[in-house]
Formats: sequence, structure tokens, C-alpha cells
Amino acid sequence: MSTLAIPTSPAAAEDPEVPIDALLAAGRERRRAGALTASAAFGTRAMLKLRHDPKQLVDSAAIPILFTVLFTYLFGGAISGSTGDYLTDLLPGVLSMSIAIVTMYGGGRLAQDVRSGAFDRFRGLPVWRGALILGGLLSDVFRYLFASAIVLGLGLAMGYRPDGGAPGVLAAVVLVVAFGLSLSLLWAAVALAVRDSAVVLSIANAVLMPLSFASNVFVQPSTMPGWLRAFVDVNPLSHVASAARDLMNDTGDAGADVAWSLIATAVITLVCAPIALRLYGRQS
Amino acid sequence: MTKVSSDGDHPAVEARGLTKVYGENRALDGIDLTIPRGQVFGFLGPNGAGKTTTIRILATLARPSGGMVRVLGHDVLTEAQAIRARVAVTGQFASLDEDLTGYENLLILGRLQGLPRAARRERADALLAAFDLTGAAGRPVGGYSGGMRRRLDIGASLIVTPDLLFLDEPTTGLDPRSRNQVWELVRRVAAAGTTVLLTTQYLEEADQLAERIAVIDSGRIVAEGTSAQLKSRVGSSTLHIRLLDGEQRPQASQILAGALAGTVQPAADPLALSVMIATQPDATDTGRLVGHAMTRLGEAGVGIAELSLGQPSLDEAFLALTGHRTGPATTDHEEPQA
Ligand SMILES: Nc1ncnc2c1ncn2[C@@H]1O[C@H](COP(=O)(O)OP(=O)(O)O)[C@@H](O)[C@H]1O
Ligand SMILES: [Mg+2]
Repeated sequence: MSTLAIPTSPAAAEDPEVPIDALLAAGRERRRAGALTASAAFGTRAMLKLRHDPKQLVDSAAIPILFTVLFTYLFGGAISGSTGDYLTDLLPGVLSMSIAIVTMYGGGRLAQDVRSGAFDRFRGLPVWRGALILGGLLSDVFRYLFASAIVLGLGLAMGYRPDGGAPGVLAAVVLVVAFGLSLSLLWAAVALAVRDSAVVLSIANAVLMPLSFASNVFVQPSTMPGWLRAFVDVNPLSHVASAARDLMNDTGDAGADVAWSLIATAVITLVCAPIALRLYGRQS
Repeated sequence: MTKVSSDGDHPAVEARGLTKVYGENRALDGIDLTIPRGQVFGFLGPNGAGKTTTIRILATLARPSGGMVRVLGHDVLTEAQAIRARVAVTGQFASLDEDLTGYENLLILGRLQGLPRAARRERADALLAAFDLTGAAGRPVGGYSGGMRRRLDIGASLIVTPDLLFLDEPTTGLDPRSRNQVWELVRRVAAAGTTVLLTTQYLEEADQLAERIAVIDSGRIVAEGTSAQLKSRVGSSTLHIRLLDGEQRPQASQILAGALAGTVQPAADPLALSVMIATQPDATDTGRLVGHAMTRLGEAGVGIAELSLGQPSLDEAFLALTGHRTGPATTDHEEPQA
């Protein structure tokens, strides 16, 4: 068996120990990566990309900071009289809304991926077609936790004191992140369909802005006109915000909104995941 | 006791009446192709001819619109996963993650190929060393040169040595040194028993690497054969000549056509013309023929400014094989995105 190297540079030419022929001969054994292994590999890839390019986290930081500070000081005083009181109602809502909005950047990145040569290489591998999307959700979890930590940190610094304590806050974060992941799948489906990150972000904005502002995050629906109130009442983000509020402030009647939030999360997931899978496997 | 692979007899690629239609555009218009195992097969054609489309279909990344296609004995429509397990593609455009280092790129692909941790590390190290990328292994690919990316991209296709490797224009845009490295690599891969399907726009490249060549134009195969067979149809060399006086071009044409028994093409430059010279049984005969033609020109009083003898360009080969130039129909081609 030859052990010649390709003489690609003086250094390599002088080093006949690099055995490309042996390398090729030795590499014929084929294994199959299972669905979980492949998803973990894509998850690692997404986390490595975050590590090499932490700028990707700027979006996930800027929105929570902006919303928490802006809405607390700008409207907080005007609506409730004092920031501390207002935060009790506002902060869980801002948490829900921030995570919901941050979800769209994952879709934007997937659309970029789809247009790159890397996507063809991945699709040409004999791995489960959901692995890339599932792996991407891993870095999404990280981003959502990161954004949650920012909202909570700022809230605590500005005087928010959750009556639910650590367990209540934790439960709310889990609920909000789970809802965020279902939205991730929605944007994944959109990204795979339109394959253009600018378009994904526009579509996501067009959906998320009404969901965020026509919700009970900032204002009690009782003060709204009837038609708007009807929308606010079915808006899943209202239910997620209410559930987070109940859990974090330990109001004692979290049940219904938590259930609604979980149902909304499940429905969005069950609708979007199969669509995203189909679109991923689609051969152009 | 070695296990005999049951599909050893299947050709690497078998396509019958393969078509691919994009809207009104027939990107592939009835391709019939058989590629035997264990050789380098060249797919030669100008931009927009359908090379990438063919490779994408063979690699199960795109669906054929019609026809039968089997890769390593498996149907592309019904047995895509079996094909994916055994082929690798290095596409025309880099398939690497720019943010990640070369090493990380290979590790992730190794994991996706099911290699255990120790094995994928060892494989990544060995590939990087063999491809002269050890020094750059820890740097993000975004900072690599074109040649380094190409090598890493080919390396990424060899994490598990494939039975069939597709290389789509592997040297387009590379400097001559990097091109030679890629050529050497292709030879090694083929010598190791992997069938290679390589597309190229350069006749010279196909000639250097491929045992058999198919020439594709507007989605159809217009010629197929060994390099020698094609060359005997194209003419092995082309004489480019530039005159001192454009008035003498018709006269020079006539003399050259007679003396070289070849097709004379006037060039866009009013002073220049080129002659395709048929393959001679003995290579020294070409020189003798040209010498004779020059003597005749001199005797007729035709002054020569420049003279060169070279391999036919793809344009010239096309003209000879198809009777038309690699014309405007393909020059407005834009590279498709995915
Ligand atoms: N995804 C696509 N959508 C529409 N047309 C395409 C697509 N891919 C390729 N084509 C068209 O098919 C033809 C062949 O393209 P291609 O296979 O890329 O050629 P080559 O690789 O030989 O340059 C071209 O006319 C090109 O415009
Ligand atoms: Mg191409």
C-alpha cells in the first residue's frame, strides 16, 4: 500500500508519512447515524456557530433589553403610577413577548442555510431529514434562555419581586420557551418554503407584531373595544403571558391559561413540524 | 472470507431518457448515460449545459422530470437513502460552514456519518494532514483561500470513502497550482477504487483525468467516448495564426486549408484565424505539417505576426462536435440558487 502524500506544498512533499491512499482504503466502513445522533451533530454545529459568531446573540439580547426598559419607563409610570407595581403585571408579559419575537431569527438563519451549499451536503447524507431542524432547536433553546435571563435580570434590577419565587419563575420560563420552540418550527416551515431570510423576517414580523401588541401584555383587555378584545382573547400570546403572570406572581389560578398555552404550543408544533419535514425533504 | 457485494455488477450510473424541466426550460432533454464502475468519467460542457442539474439528480438532491435513473443499482426516486449512503458530492459552490473551523466542519460531518468520537477525530486529523490543511485546521473556513476551500470540500466528501464521488467543476476558479493539486487528488481517489464523475468546462481537464468523456450541450449528450475517440473527431491541435495584413486573410485561409487538411475558422480579430488539425498517426507529423504550411505561406508572400499551436478550446471542440458554437443561448445563464 502506498503511503505517498499529495505534494501540495514543500512541507507536505517532504513528509511522505501522510498516507492518502491508506486513508481512502481505510475509510470504506459505513455506519449509520441515528436520528438523535444526527440531531445532536446539528445542535453542536449551531452552538459552534454561535460561539464563533456571538453577534448572532445581539438580536436575542437587544429585544429583551429594549422592551423591558422601554415599556417599563415609558408606559409603566403612566399606566400604573409606579414602576414596581407595573412590573408585576408587565414583566411576565414582556418575557413572553420578547421570546416570541426572538424566535424569528432562527427562521432567518435557516433560510440562509438553505441557500448555502452546506444545505445540499446535509440533504445528501443518509440521515433523518428532521435532524437539521431539531438540532437548530437546541441553539434556539439556548437563545431563549439567554433572552429570558436578560428580561428577568433587568426586571429584578428595576424592582420586580416575583411572589412565585424560583419555582414559579422557572415554570414560566419553561412554558414560554416551549411556546417559543413551537414558533421556531413555524418559522422553520416558512424558511424552507420561501428560502429567503429577508422574506422570512418580514412574514414573521407581520405575524408577531399584531400578536404582541394586540394582546394583554401591556393593557387590560377590558379597556379595549369589543372587536379587539375578541382577538386579544384568542391570541395565544395573551394566554402565554397570563400563564407566565400567574406562575411568576403565584396568583393561584394559573390552570386555565397554562392549559391554553400548552394546547397552543402543541397545535402549532403538530401542524408545523410535519410541514417543515416535508419541505426539507422536497427535491427541487 | 470476504463478503462479495451483491451489486458489484451494476454500473455506477445508468440513465435512460433522463429529462428535467424547469418551467419552459428543458434543462435536461433526454440524457442516456452509462458510467462503468472504477473510472473517472468526465462530463464536459459549457455553462448552462445541464452538468449541475444532472449531478443533483444523480445525488438525489433533485427529482428527474422523466426517464429512468439508477445510481449504483439503486433507483433515484425510490431508493434515495441507499444512494446517499454510498455517494458523496462536492458541489460547484462551497458546502462548508464559513463560521466553523476546517476541523469542526469535518468533525460534524463525521458525526453525521455515524463515526464514533475517536474515529471521527482520527479521520479529520488524517484528512487535514493528507490535504495539507493541518496548519489551517483551527481557523474558520471563511478565511481560507479558494484552493484550500476546494481541498477541504473534497476532503469533506471523503470522510467515509464513497463508492461514487461527484465533483462539479472542481477546478473552476482555481489557480494552476491548486488545480494541479485537485487533479492529483482525483487520480488518487480513482486509484483507490472510487468511481468519479467530474464535470468541467475545460477539454484539457477532461483529457487529463477522465477515461471516458461525455460532451453535453443544451441538456443533450452530443458526443461520448474516450478522450482519444473524441479528439479524433475534434482534431488534436489547433493552429492560431495572426497575419501582418488582414487583406491576405482569404488567401491564407485557402493555403492553410489545403496544406493542413483542416477546418479554417476566421477569428473575431480581422488579422487572425485558426485551423483545427486532425489527429495525426504520429505526433511528429503535426509539426511537419505545420512547417510545410508555413513554407507555403512564406512562398505566397503572406506575412505572419504570431503563431501558436495548442489544444482546441472548448469552443472549438464544440464547433467540431455540434456544428455550432457554445452560443448566446448559454451566455445569459445565471447560476441557480439551490
Ligand atoms: N433550480 C433551477 N430553476 C430553474 N432553472 C434552472 C435551475 N437549475 C438549473 N436551471 C437551468 O437549467 C439549465 C442547466 O443548468 P445547469 O445544470 O446549472 O448547467 P451547468 O451546470 O452545466 O452550468 C440552465 O439553463 C439553468 O438556467
Ligand atoms: Mg454547473
